[in-house]
Amino acid sequence: MTARFVLIRVLALLSVLFGANYVVWRWLDSVHWDAWWIAVPLVLAETYSLIDTFFFSLTMWRARERPAPVSPPEGTVDVLIATYNEPIDMVMTTAVAAKRIAYPHETWILDDGARPELERAAREAGVGYLTRSEDWDNKPRHAKAGNLNNALFETDGEFLLVLDADQIPDPLILHRTLGYFADDPALALVQTPQWFSNVDEADPLGSQAPLFYGPIQQGKDGWNAAFFCGSNAVLRREALMQLGIVGYVRDVTTSTKRALKVAESLIAREVKSAQDPQLASELVRLRETISTARTDIARGAPIADATFAVRTAVERASEALVARDFSAIRADLEVIAQMPIERDAEIDAVVIDEVKLDRLATAELSPLGAVEAVTGLLDALRIDRGHEAQPVQPLATISVTEDMATAMHLHALGWRSAYHHEILARGLAPEDLRTMLTQRLRWAQGTLQVMLRDNPLVKRGLSAGQRLMYFATMWSYLSGFTAVIYLAAPVCYLVFGVLPVTAWSVDFFARFLPYFIVNQLLFLVIARGMRTWRGQQYSLALLPVWIRACVTAAGNVWFGRSLSFAVTKKDGRDTRGVPWREIWPQLTAMIVLAVALCIGLVRLAVGTADGTGTLVNTVWVIYDLVVFSVIIQAARYRGPQRDSANVAAAEGAA
Amino acid sequence: MNLATSDHDDFSVIAITGRLTASGAPLLRNAVGDLVESGKPRIVVDLSGTEFIDSSGLGALICGLKRARVSGGDLRIAAVPDQVLAVLRLTNLDRVLSLHPTPESAFDGR
Repeated sequence: MTARFVLIRVLALLSVLFGANYVVWRWLDSVHWDAWWIAVPLVLAETYSLIDTFFFSLTMWRARERPAPVSPPEGTVDVLIATYNEPIDMVMTTAVAAKRIAYPHETWILDDGARPELERAAREAGVGYLTRSEDWDNKPRHAKAGNLNNALFETDGEFLLVLDADQIPDPLILHRTLGYFADDPALALVQTPQWFSNVDEADPLGSQAPLFYGPIQQGKDGWNAAFFCGSNAVLRREALMQLGIVGYVRDVTTSTKRALKVAESLIAREVKSAQDPQLASELVRLRETISTARTDIARGAPIADATFAVRTAVERASEALVARDFSAIRADLEVIAQMPIERDAEIDAVVIDEVKLDRLATAELSPLGAVEAVTGLLDALRIDRGHEAQPVQPLATISVTEDMATAMHLHALGWRSAYHHEILARGLAPEDLRTMLTQRLRWAQGTLQVMLRDNPLVKRGLSAGQRLMYFATMWSYLSGFTAVIYLAAPVCYLVFGVLPVTAWSVDFFARFLPYFIVNQLLFLVIARGMRTWRGQQYSLALLPVWIRACVTAAGNVWFGRSLSFAVTKKDGRDTRGVPWREIWPQLTAMIVLAVALCIGLVRLAVGTADGTGTLVNTVWVIYDLVVFSVIIQAARYRGPQRDSANVAAAEGAA
Repeated sequence: MNLATSDHDDFSVIAITGRLTASGAPLLRNAVGDLVESGKPRIVVDLSGTEFIDSSGLGALICGLKRARVSGGDLRIAAVPDQVLAVLRLTNLDRVLSLHPTPESAFDGR
């Protein structure tokens, strides 16, 4: 254990202890209840931040460099380059670099845009080219996850290196990572950093994430929870396929049980109203078959047998009834056409519309109609997953960001993951604020979707450490709401003299300063000269993005509203200029802060404000202003310097 | 992996010998596709000679099941050796597919 690592642990522990000491005192002894409308939100925000500190300290508790693998690289590998609409040149640059990877492998371009010119270029370069098969026509496509799932069934390497179209791999990327899999047969994935070559020192858009692709991933790795980040990662095919099979079994089991339950009640109602004895006996037989199937499944009998039996019985009953009951069919068809069961493509689960189901159950169907309705039910939920292009879907399709969900499912099945801290691929970051905001929104939405649909805190199969590591990332995306409070509190004080705490007293400083200083020290030691300031600025300055992500993700998960999902542009800059509609909240906040600062100073000058309070809040506001200034820098940013010939060519092409 | 298809009265048997993994999966898929297209969607996969199966192999079985059922038939598995059984249990696939003792008895009664 190195001295630095010991120091990190000591600081992490002190951070949490001092933080708890401060926040407990805040709750018990210093909330200014007369101004509860700002005092309570502020103390809640501080509690949120303390929990964030706890998660960060917990992550750092195990943040260490992973030793290089012992085993030599082995196994067969497919390199998969996923593309949708990126320029052909960009994809081919990546593909040619991928072909040059030193370890023996096959290279494939997965073209979701099915572009003939890309197919030609791939053939000329001698790399494989795959598009979706016709199975996918009129089926949910599941974006990038679907693209990769499709390729999984067209390739056969034991390991898969996944690359985004802009990520140019190092020739040694496989040599450095494959050994981990040989060392540990239960290892499912190795993630390497994402690093961007089109970003200069200033990095006004905060594209590099040295803290995440570094101490944070290393810390998560320490808890066996290194995240999969969608690109620059090697995955074990067996682990992914197993995930697909287990998911298939789970989906088929739940949907079959539901379908049979509804089917039985439908037929039971027809039995009661049947006048004709021959008809009644036919229906009774069918009901018995369904009922037997249900008990069999409940007892653990294989589902394929049960559904096959029901299907055969339904077909026979429908043949027997068809001759007798022709007149009533027309009316029934209309009702049956509105089968109340749908697949939700985004959550990949069966959605049963309970209201429509009730309507179906009370609709005046003829006996044949009821049997047809059962057929419809079975079709909607059948074992072969006819609604999907592929019955088995290894990569999670639960969320717009498939990577986090996939890794979490793998961890829940007992697979392990690793983070390899060495830049082995170089990609392109967004070059304008608008594109960057879209990308951050998408990440946040995806993460929050997973939190709401498949909460790691209660997910079976995860260890306590893994639960907390996943939840920590989700928790950090809730910061938009607390940011509003952190902005409002000093403004309230400077303008109206409203105190959220009982006093800016010695008590306050004695508890706050140790917490604050140790926290900053911890950060300093961890960052070790890295440029983490951009990340800190954006975690506060993007508060409208975080809030919007929370609202839209909740709307999507709870109310079924669609997310406006956009593929991030990888080719240069958005030409629409400064995204005023996206950044007006930050600009407004800056003006309000500046005005509040002036008013506060005037109030101090005329003697209506307290010196210490004004000082504290002035420092606070200046900090906020410096943080927010990044938005102005970013809005003015026009990408890194390029030589004029390139720019002219790019503009000519656009 | 080797694969042999044979026709019986009202079903066909695909016998798999060796290791059913990702590299053998396309062979199985094609064999199922050929049977379904020639109007013989009642299929038994005989696993008695299968030494090893992995999740990709299971994936191929499920794809075959889908193909057969969409065409009004079925795909069943028979003579499952211990290693294969262990993998089926691990993924819970034994909750979906039933294991028949012999290819001949797989379609008995239905």
